[in-house]
Amino acid sequence: MAIRRGRGVAAVNYPTGMNLGGDPSQALVHSTPTGNFMVSLSSVDLGQGLKQVMAQICAETIGVATDQVTIDTADTDTGPHCMGTFASRGTHRIGNAIIRAATEAKQVMLEVAAEELEVDAGDLETDGAGNIIVKGAPQKSISIFDTALAAHFKQGRSISGRGIFLVPRSFPETETGAMKPSTCYAHACTVAEVDVDDETGEVTVVSVKNVFEIGRALNPKMVEQQLVGGSWMGISHALYETTEPYYPKREHGGTDFNQYLMPGPGDLPETEIVVLERPAADGPYGAKGPGEMCANPQIPAIANAVFDAVGVRVDTLPITPERVLRAIKAQHN
Amino acid sequence: MAKKVPLQITLNGEERAEFVESGSTLLTALRDRFDDTSPKGGCNQGTCGACTVIIDGELRLACLTLAEMCDGASVQTTSGMAKGGVLHPLQRAFMEGFAAQCGFCTPGMIMAAKALLDRVPNPSRDEVIEALAGNICRCTGYEPIINAVLEAARANSHNAA
Ligand code: FES
Ligand code: FES
Repeated sequence: MAIRRGRGVAAVNYPTGMNLGGDPSQALVHSTPTGNFMVSLSSVDLGQGLKQVMAQICAETIGVATDQVTIDTADTDTGPHCMGTFASRGTHRIGNAIIRAATEAKQVMLEVAAEELEVDAGDLETDGAGNIIVKGAPQKSISIFDTALAAHFKQGRSISGRGIFLVPRSFPETETGAMKPSTCYAHACTVAEVDVDDETGEVTVVSVKNVFEIGRALNPKMVEQQLVGGSWMGISHALYETTEPYYPKREHGGTDFNQYLMPGPGDLPETEIVVLERPAADGPYGAKGPGEMCANPQIPAIANAVFDAVGVRVDTLPITPERVLRAIKAQHN
Repeated sequence: MAKKVPLQITLNGEERAEFVESGSTLLTALRDRFDDTSPKGGCNQGTCGACTVIIDGELRLACLTLAEMCDGASVQTTSGMAKGGVLHPLQRAFMEGFAAQCGFCTPGMIMAAKALLDRVPNPSRDEVIEALAGNICRCTGYEPIINAVLEAARANSHNAA
């Protein structure tokens, strides 16, 4: 009877978004009379930071500061259609829709500015500091503020744009069954180290080292935050989270989250996070969806580490002390 | 309808009085009568810590505290922590350390941390973990929260020095 140390590795290839009957999201962008930009969505920010990153994407596309963009979300009556924020699709699908809407709005904005400056719209660009300038001759310029005023009160034009991003439905080939369920994959690899008590069956995670390939981190601090939380949740799925088992009967089981086990602040292993950026060809500024992917590789890595430690394969989650002991017992018989 | 009873408390340093329903919890009273929605109702039965407040200097779960029993007490919540638009060092450390995602656990975490720092200005990592053990977070993995509390303690001692 002893504490046995084991090490396991696992890698995941994780699709961004889904593909059942096609996967679309829409965005509408318009400027206020004073040159701020409103983005209307029906996508929900549930704490993952969608609003911040969408504002960055719109600001980058139009060429204004992020705080000049307001994201109006989560009203499915007034916002354009969105499939939803799930399947790690938010940044990728909605971000791409915003790029398209913002590009269209920017084109109108440049046309309005061109009229005011008496130049060709094709010769104009934004300077990132609130102005529209003539390429190569920045002294000839007009502020976005004045451009918006001119659009509203003089030229009678709406600086606005519509955008939709659709990953079309992919049908399996009849011969082979092959299909393209996703256009974009994020990747991760985790090495987990565990201690397994072969007398009690208890598994303690000593360390997890994670490498995540996420396309491009549009907001590096928020990506890191997501990955740290995700790594913890992966461990939680691997070892703790279940509504089973309860003795002697299922009716004695937990009825709400108060009886649902998760690791607390005292159960944290040494955690390492490394981010690799390989921009996705169809990602908004190269981004992929790291949301769910980041909570996956810890699970098989821990299962493999348990195998390395005590030589048993636990193939049902979570890897509870009971399951480890039963597997050890079965192996001896 | 339950009988209404008067409740007088000092909420974040301010004398306040409201009528609350007899038998209601301090959490309900704070949120529905005193318009302080910073304490959150997660489980309403003392297991998640989202409703954590400080009553007369002691850390308490507002969902398990009868409002009437707080008559005359001094209650602190996160809404009273920023002074004149300046964030409390804990709030600043949480913000700068990205220690909140959905933010639902944050007020409870900050109150639990404040009670610790009021008592132990320079806690060890283990003391921070112990102090946060009654508060559940689904999003962050705790690590950023623990680091933020340690950072706030450092900032505090720096200011005091
Ligand atoms: S709401 Fe009070 S502990 Fe959960
Ligand atoms: S930040 Fe969401 S529960 Fe802690």
